[in-house]
Amino acid sequence: MTTLPIEPVPAAPPSIETPSAEPRWASLRGVNASDRIYRGVLTVLALFLPLLIVALFAQLFVSALPAIKRYGFSFLWTSTWDPVAEIYGAAPMIFGTLASSLIALLIAVPLALGVAIFLTEFAPRWVRQPVAFLVEMLAAIPSVVYGLWGVFVLIPFLRSYVVPPLKAVLGWTPFFQGVFYGNSLLAGGIILAIMIVPYIAAVSREVLLAVPSSQREAALGMGATRWEAVWTAVLPYGRAGLIGAVILGLGRALGETMAVTMVIGNRHDIALSALQPAYTMAAAIANEFSEATTNMYLSALFEVGLILFVITVLVNALARLLIWRVARGAAVGSKAL
Amino acid sequence: MSARTVRRRITSGVMTGLVAALSFTAVLALLLILGDLIAKGASSIDWAFFTKSPVPAGETGGGVANAIIGTGIIVGLAALIGLPIGIGAGLFLAEYGSGRLGFMVRFIADVLNGTPSIVIGIFAWTWMVKPVGRFSALAGSAALAILMIPMIARTTEEMVRLVPHSLREAALALGYPRWRTSLRVVARTALGGIVTGCLVGIARVAGETAPLLFTALGNLNFSTDVRHPMQTLSLQIYVYGTGPFEEWHRIAWAAALVLMALVLILAMVARRATRQRYGRVR
Repeated sequence: MTTLPIEPVPAAPPSIETPSAEPRWASLRGVNASDRIYRGVLTVLALFLPLLIVALFAQLFVSALPAIKRYGFSFLWTSTWDPVAEIYGAAPMIFGTLASSLIALLIAVPLALGVAIFLTEFAPRWVRQPVAFLVEMLAAIPSVVYGLWGVFVLIPFLRSYVVPPLKAVLGWTPFFQGVFYGNSLLAGGIILAIMIVPYIAAVSREVLLAVPSSQREAALGMGATRWEAVWTAVLPYGRAGLIGAVILGLGRALGETMAVTMVIGNRHDIALSALQPAYTMAAAIANEFSEATTNMYLSALFEVGLILFVITVLVNALARLLIWRVARGAAVGSKAL
Repeated sequence: MSARTVRRRITSGVMTGLVAALSFTAVLALLLILGDLIAKGASSIDWAFFTKSPVPAGETGGGVANAIIGTGIIVGLAALIGLPIGIGAGLFLAEYGSGRLGFMVRFIADVLNGTPSIVIGIFAWTWMVKPVGRFSALAGSAALAILMIPMIARTTEEMVRLVPHSLREAALALGYPRWRTSLRVVARTALGGIVTGCLVGIARVAGETAPLLFTALGNLNFSTDVRHPMQTLSLQIYVYGTGPFEEWHRIAWAAALVLMALVLILAMVARRATRQRYGRVR
């Protein structure tokens, strides 16, 4: 034991702190067996997540395989959905999913960006925390409660106060044709908008907070008004992250189930008018899965689930990459309940 | 002051007002929904509402005792399955997550966080309901646990990362092995934050309905057997809210108020705990 003078003496008396049989210098070098076990256990637990995403994809694919084989790509663009004749085309649901999400984004993006800009740039300090908290609370409301509110409050309100003037002004366009019975693309889109506002607002806020204050100072120093500083310096700097926030909201809207199922009308039909009932992929699964008596019917619903899963994974992946570019590595948005 | 300057100032003022108005609108939406919940739900809530099970359709009265107990059991089981995995994965991300595997796990956790819960529902059906040929509360718990894990993993990671590195160095310098440093010093310090994350995760899955539709299914009778269908508040709100009877709607609103209160209380407890500990972080 005369190799290196700085090497700890291996025959050191066993310490009270670590009653392990191993010499203490080993643990300092990170070769302790228990350390390896600890790391191993954590790694296994962490590997659960990649395994889960693979298992989800594989299982959905296997369950959807009969439908994929039988209908091929026509599943995506034909609109007949006839379980009795065993003809399945998911075009109306895909259309309804995209259309309701689009309406949601049209309403939610200005709202959420307004909230984020107000909270980071203009609001007095004492307003920021409470307002941020209240907006994030919107994410705490369960989907089914949104649905209940949509059915009994929002739809009657739309029928009495929103749709008549809307029809009077825009009734000539193809988007507001027909009789409004209540359950409709419009109702679904509005509910979705309220539901995704907190997500977009929370992520946008974190993105704007990550913009260095030197950006603002530089703009203000050159004589910009406060709004000009936001518009010309802050927003462009955070652009990628803001787009990411919007796409994240889109991902939420695409997969939202209960509230939409309760208000969208659940009709297998493509109608351009927002006043007409529609269908979404998630709603179709929620409504029909337990009625699916034949294997092909089930398989078709699994294929709908697979399409939904793949779309949301792609949308979310894109959103995360954009957000990470601005706020690197932070679990942005995880604070939105 | 030139006309141009005036115009620029007015624009700035108008836009400030606009974003303030938009924020107000968002807050208003929340207040409206909460207000309606209280207005339509509060009058139906009495002692019997919490202690009785539903009565057959057409009769008045009855409560949601079975749904409250069911929510507790299903969410509790989900937490039992999901929390250890989620916290473990979060510790991995914080302690060993700087490499490629860490990046991949972090990314997948974020992506899974946005996966539609209905997809998780049919996945759980395939693995846990179809093989045994019976809907069960256990399958519902599994689905909720899957939803919970990525959420818990990310918040745990964030909370553990807030622990100052000097603490870790001090523990290691005292001769603590890494695993003990990680568990006894680092995780211990972040405990408050981790608990908060868990509460938020639990609050969020407690309101979930879609993953339970084909797993826990719902049950109009009182049941505590996890191998059989079980009622939850969310399922009851869905069935009653979309049902044809006025009486059901009344109960749906009251159940919604109870569920909302449950979720909000959990979330607020969580907030309070974080603010005390990490109030100055941001």
